[in-house]
Amino acid sequence: MIEFKHVKKAYQDNVVIEDLSLTINDGEFICIIGPSGCGKTTTLKMINRLNKINDGEILIDGENINNIEVNKLRQGIGYVIQQIGLFPNMTVAQNISVVPNLLKWGKEKIERRVKELLKLINMPYDEYAHKYPRELSGGQQQRIGVLRALAANPPIILMDEPFGALDPITRDILQDELKSIHKQLKKTIVFVTHDMDEAVKMADRIIFMESGNILQFATPEELLNKPASPIIKEFLGKISYSHNANDLTCADVMRTKVFTVNRKRKTLECINMMNQRDIGSVIVVDDDDKFMGIVTIETIKEKGVPGALIEEILDRDVKTVLINHNAKDAFDEFYDSKLDYLTVLNRNKTVAGIITKTSMAKALASLVWGENNDS
Amino acid sequence: MALQNLIEHIQLVLISFVFTGIVGLILGIVGYNFKKVRGIILMIVDVLQTIPVLALLGIIMIFFGPTFTTVVIGIVLYSLLPVVRNTIVGLEQIDPAIIEAATGMGMGKFQRLVKVEFPLAFPVIFTGLKIAVVTSIGIGVFGAVVGGGGLGSTINTAIRIQDGSVLFQATLALVIMSLVFDFVMTLVERRLDYNRK
Ligand SMILES: Nc1ncnc2c1ncn2[C@@H]1O[C@H](COP(=O)(O)OP(=O)(O)O)[C@@H](O)[C@H]1O
Ligand SMILES: [Mg+2]
Repeated sequence: MIEFKHVKKAYQDNVVIEDLSLTINDGEFICIIGPSGCGKTTTLKMINRLNKINDGEILIDGENINNIEVNKLRQGIGYVIQQIGLFPNMTVAQNISVVPNLLKWGKEKIERRVKELLKLINMPYDEYAHKYPRELSGGQQQRIGVLRALAANPPIILMDEPFGALDPITRDILQDELKSIHKQLKKTIVFVTHDMDEAVKMADRIIFMESGNILQFATPEELLNKPASPIIKEFLGKISYSHNANDLTCADVMRTKVFTVNRKRKTLECINMMNQRDIGSVIVVDDDDKFMGIVTIETIKEKGVPGALIEEILDRDVKTVLINHNAKDAFDEFYDSKLDYLTVLNRNKTVAGIITKTSMAKALASLVWGENNDS
Repeated sequence: MALQNLIEHIQLVLISFVFTGIVGLILGIVGYNFKKVRGIILMIVDVLQTIPVLALLGIIMIFFGPTFTTVVIGIVLYSLLPVVRNTIVGLEQIDPAIIEAATGMGMGKFQRLVKVEFPLAFPVIFTGLKIAVVTSIGIGVFGAVVGGGGLGSTINTAIRIQDGSVLFQATLALVIMSLVFDFVMTLVERRLDYNRK
């Protein structure tokens, strides 16, 4: 648990944060959002003491952070920044090992950990561990940035606009990965962003800051439905509640760019295609492009024999919805299922699109803020 | 040309190099970490270089006599500037985000210097060392005047007895020595750049 109690911060005479109190529970994904210069970074960096506070106190699990030796404190808190900041003189493996090394872990334990972490984001150890940061794409670099923060298994991770410099597609993928990492590892994550889409997608609760004050600290739904201040409303954009969300159909909330494969494809081919596109499963169609089922990468690894056709191992028993189906019902169904996406079918059983959390969030965002984000 | 003088000259250069490296690095790192003394350090090493070599050697000779030591000290003082300056510049130009990441992960100042800052600054520092070495080959020639030996002695003798051939050989040896050091160190320099490859 992280607690701020009447925290004050001034840069010289410039008081940036007057009196900040808040509590973050264990395992929560918290997004701090607000206009530029409102004090998001300042607040975040107070937690690992990169910023000294002038008054009040910050407690982690009841202990005042000023009573913990500063490097010990920081070694126990993951830190990811927008500029990534990988060490160019170290390989991927060495970058990830920095904190475990500071903590004097044994060589084997460290290596095991590096392998485990790379597996988490599907970057094969043999291929990437000994590369230098400059040999990686921006998205891959920040993946390593995230792993570096996770390396010593700290209960808390601080992230300052970690995906802000990435292109939208890469950002989307990394958001999904982080979300899944959060689900698996149950870390407390404090994530600064200025992108409301991102905050809504990622957060359990959102802190909306303005001029060093918290205007609202609430779940994404609550923030969207009942913004506590005109400033938040303004930040959300020209809100028009004129559309009724209940009128939405699956067609409104789905993504139409979908990757499908023919049933006669070989399993090995499918794995390659999935790896190239960084996806975990594909939709299989028959010769008339009609939906047959889904195959995940795990299924292929489990049951795929060399040369086997994809239709032999395909899972036919998956939930689908019709394109004119009510979006809310579809969403409820989607939420209950453990799938990453829900397949939307046309009346003739061809694939119309898929509903993902992102496509849903985008549709809702455009409903709330107007049609400015196409795709 | 006396082979012994050539060997002596190389010794001068190498021994001076070790001390220039150590002293230069220490001064550079101190200057980088303490902004208050940085100006003073840079000024001193800068002024040292403006003193004529012979005058500098003469002053040192008052304390150490006409010895090898005098020449080494002279060379070191004279070639500190590129090492100190490049150490400071090399450390200063590191991306602040990298320093923030290192600090935020809980590296102490010393660990940060050894594991991150020094390796990242090293290519620039190495360039400073290269300049220092090449400079020191030239300065070493003056060593003969204060009894330090080296190729300076060969040249002195050659001038005195007007032996053009020996004079030419000694000069050629100096030029080749400079070129070899420069060439080898440039090769190393290229390999050091983390952003190349
Ligand atoms: N190192 C600093 N020195 C002086 N003022 C600063 C410093 N860092 C931030 N500020 C000021 O504090 C305020 C909050 O900054 P910051 O926390 O970086 O905002 P945000 O991350 O929300 O954009 C801004 O007005 C900024 O100018
Ligand atoms: Mg900021």
